[in-house]
Amino acid sequence: MADGQDPRKLVEVSGLKMHFPIYAGILRKQVGTVKAVDDVTFDIYEGETLGLVGESGCGKSTAGRAILRLYDPTSGSIVIDGKEIAHLEGEALRNLRPTMQMIFQDPQASLNPRMTVGSIIAEPLLEHHAMKPKDRRARVLELMDAVGLNREFASRYPHEFSGGQRQRIGIARALALNPKFIVCDEPIAALDVSIQAQVVNLLEDLQEQFGLTYLFISHDLSMVRHLATRVAVMYLGKIVELAPRDALYADPKHPYTQALLSAVPNPDPDSVPQNRIILNGDVPSPTNPPKGCNFCTRCPKVMDICREKDPAWLDLGQGRYAACHLLEDA
Amino acid sequence: MLNYTLRRLMFAIPTLLLISFIIFAILDLAPNDPTASLPLTIPPDVRQQIRESLGLDQAMPIRYFKWCVQFFWNEPLNILEQWTGWTIGDSENRLRVISWQTRSPVVDLIVERMPQTLWVVGMSYVLGILIALPIGILSAYKQYSWFDQFGTLFSMAGFSVPTFFTGLLFIVIFSVNLQLFPSVYDTTHEVTDWASFWVQVRQMIMPTMVLALFNAAQISRFMRASMLDNLQQDYVRTARAKGVRERSVVLIHVLRNSMIPVVTVIALGVPQVFGGAIITEQIFRVNGLGQLLIVGIQGADIPLVQTLTFIFAVLIVAFNLVADLLYGILDPRIRYD
Repeated sequence: MADGQDPRKLVEVSGLKMHFPIYAGILRKQVGTVKAVDDVTFDIYEGETLGLVGESGCGKSTAGRAILRLYDPTSGSIVIDGKEIAHLEGEALRNLRPTMQMIFQDPQASLNPRMTVGSIIAEPLLEHHAMKPKDRRARVLELMDAVGLNREFASRYPHEFSGGQRQRIGIARALALNPKFIVCDEPIAALDVSIQAQVVNLLEDLQEQFGLTYLFISHDLSMVRHLATRVAVMYLGKIVELAPRDALYADPKHPYTQALLSAVPNPDPDSVPQNRIILNGDVPSPTNPPKGCNFCTRCPKVMDICREKDPAWLDLGQGRYAACHLLEDA
Repeated sequence: MLNYTLRRLMFAIPTLLLISFIIFAILDLAPNDPTASLPLTIPPDVRQQIRESLGLDQAMPIRYFKWCVQFFWNEPLNILEQWTGWTIGDSENRLRVISWQTRSPVVDLIVERMPQTLWVVGMSYVLGILIALPIGILSAYKQYSWFDQFGTLFSMAGFSVPTFFTGLLFIVIFSVNLQLFPSVYDTTHEVTDWASFWVQVRQMIMPTMVLALFNAAQISRFMRASMLDNLQQDYVRTARAKGVRERSVVLIHVLRNSMIPVVTVIALGVPQVFGGAIITEQIFRVNGLGQLLIVGIQGADIPLVQTLTFIFAVLIVAFNLVADLLYGILDPRIRYD
């Protein structure tokens, strides 16, 4: 790390692939695969927030879910807190759940409509800790305090709350087991802008209070800038650039990152018009990614080699990494 | 909830009155004649007198009104007297709804036939549910597995093969060839000890199973569809991410939510149990309500058919309300106020 200390790596992901088979025809033969996450490698240091950004459908959420083993990854290794979990099954995996939790994108759908808020938050405790009912109740109320929910809400049902409050319930639930690592899967995408700030601030406060490590998945670049320590940019199942936040926002190396950042709206109407990089066309289908670099079909700086060879993952120094042929010569 | 129930019950009164009138009108329009089954040697003027004695010479609205008085006022008073032992007014000469065929009060006939129907048809419904729920749950959980394929085949077969066919098939296989169970249900059989209980069980097995398979086929499809719907929900992923045991994920998170529509379907099916299973009762000679109704229709026994059909209508309205109330209890998002 740039600050000289050497924090522990809490999460080490290497060569993670998550391919979904496509079946078709009468005999349901496998005719292809959706390469939602294709060979992704990164580490997350203890106490940091790694922002994972990219446009819709690039595999951000799939990557987050695969890391928490909500999917069975096709290949690769995932080490969380020193334990390899990529191919654990059943009880062995379940016993590791307290370490790693997830905050979901849709706070309405991710809460069981037939359970009260109290029992939603209490359920992980019930499953993983032998606690007296009284202690459990106390812990639930403590968690509700921590996320800023009124204690009286414990006996209410999720549909009685607003989006922001529901997301707080989801956060309290994720915190119940004192996890070390939380994947925030677009936790603010479904919320009002005014509520987004509240929830993001809450996440920051909780990180400070409990020493949490986040993988913050988002397509909101300004939120990631506010929250993240380092940022990884994903395009079509691959990470194209990974860098400390300030360096990335100040000087994006990969053409895709440059295009992405140039698209961030500027709230000041009097400022000099930005030189936006407009990408043409659509993201290619992850079923049939282009030969060579995944970005070669839309890259404004495309070269011949890009259509032939997949760029290597380059260490650019100072914790910066990118995968682009343009940077190989430099 | 109480207010809602009372309001619904209040609205049910005009609904049921209208239904009773429509049933009466349809029966009146039907071209059948209660004297048609009498010997042909009876001369027409005697037939006319028989009709007059049954009150058929009066206008339809008057006959409807008389039935209303008998059914809505006299019969309840009668039941009240039987329960309490009181005597209210002139109970000896109070007119009851009398069956034209048997000359006995329709309500007594129904009370007589009810136990057979409830035992056979009710038991088949309970059995059907008990068979259907595990099949539905498992086939959804293991979608497209061999178990699911088999369950789908089973329910398709149960659904599409009519009970008069499965009933006869059962009789051929189990009564004629294997000689395991009697093919005729003996209504007069009384359970007094274990041996007679066993006889009762044996004679119940076939009609019960025929109906149970039919019911199970239907309910298991609903259960499967509802489970599949809920297995895809985000909160199921949340539960797994929490580290909830797979058993609890399925039984608590998925099943409880899936039961909401299924319970409604089950509640709405209960009136059919009281209605009896006309065909199955005929095949196995169960003297139940379905059989009573069919005999009444054949003999143009208007008071009997009218009363039975109306009671079914009451049950349907009542269980619609029960289904709605269950919905409110099971789904916290629904509030009736």
